[in-house]
Amino acid sequence: MIYYFTALITAILFMIDRKKTVKGLKIGLKKIRKNSPVFLNMIILVALSLYFVSDELILRFLGDGSGTIGVTIAGGLGSIAFMPGFVAFPLAGILLEKGVSYTVIAAFTTTLMMVGVVTYPVEKDFFGLKITVIRNLISLIMAIIVSIIIGLFYGELFM
Amino acid sequence: MKKHLKDYWLFIIFVIFTATGFILDLNIARGIFENFYSFFLTMVKFVPAVFLLIGLFEVWVDKETIEKHLGEDSGFLAYFWAIILASTTVGGLYVAFPVAAALYKKGASPRIIFSYIGTAAICRIPMTLFEASYVGVAFTTIRWGVSIPLVIISSILMEKMLASKDLEKISKNA
Repeated sequence: MIYYFTALITAILFMIDRKKTVKGLKIGLKKIRKNSPVFLNMIILVALSLYFVSDELILRFLGDGSGTIGVTIAGGLGSIAFMPGFVAFPLAGILLEKGVSYTVIAAFTTTLMMVGVVTYPVEKDFFGLKITVIRNLISLIMAIIVSIIIGLFYGELFM
Repeated sequence: MKKHLKDYWLFIIFVIFTATGFILDLNIARGIFENFYSFFLTMVKFVPAVFLLIGLFEVWVDKETIEKHLGEDSGFLAYFWAIILASTTVGGLYVAFPVAAALYKKGASPRIIFSYIGTAAICRIPMTLFEASYVGVAFTTIRWGVSIPLVIISSILMEKMLASKDLEKISKNA
């Protein structure tokens, strides 16, 4: 789909200004070449993460998790796991049916979205080590805040 | 050549381990290789197009336009644009990073690109639809309500915290 979109944009821009468009595509190709090693590294980490932090493992570990320990495990797994939304949220739905608290679900899904251990090679390449570490730490703190507020809303905490 | 080898060290180790695993007929090697192959195909399906679009963006979009709307002197509306762009970002954070770097190079301010990355993590539309239908609309609403302001606040703090030499790296690598 995105290739059709790119082709369409390229065709339109090409008609407006040939030279500029060719230059842009050349920059793009150079970027692809330059970035392929870091993306390859990320794909390797994703392959390892998918194998070691599988759906079954998450179901097993979060299945009876609750309280601080549950949130810690959920946050840890969410940080190192890699899964697209169409896998993660049905999984979260199953966990809810099994009686897992919203607090734990929030810790898992929020770290999954915001904290990226497997995307580290790409992030470090574009932003440097320092920014990458700071952003991920701040994201971890935010995920904890989100899960606490979710917990308060659903009346799961301090009850 | 030496530099290239350094870039691919992880890949080389990966190949050696996987090949050894296949020779020894271990399930783990097969499992990991299958994951590698299928995610590799997923990436090939759209990441190169993203970089071509970024290349076109760099040539076609004026620096003044980005500076005006997302730069140092941009107002509150800049966060709105960052969130709109973030929610329509395809893939995941690995697409947001190069896009953010390209925006920074064109004059977007650090707080805006950090807001973009943060909201690209939490607001992508397809993902949010899955969340709302499987976990609940209330859950999604609270999560957005809490995390979007937190992302914006932390982005402003990060901009203040970071020295210009840390930020220089972004435009160098983009």
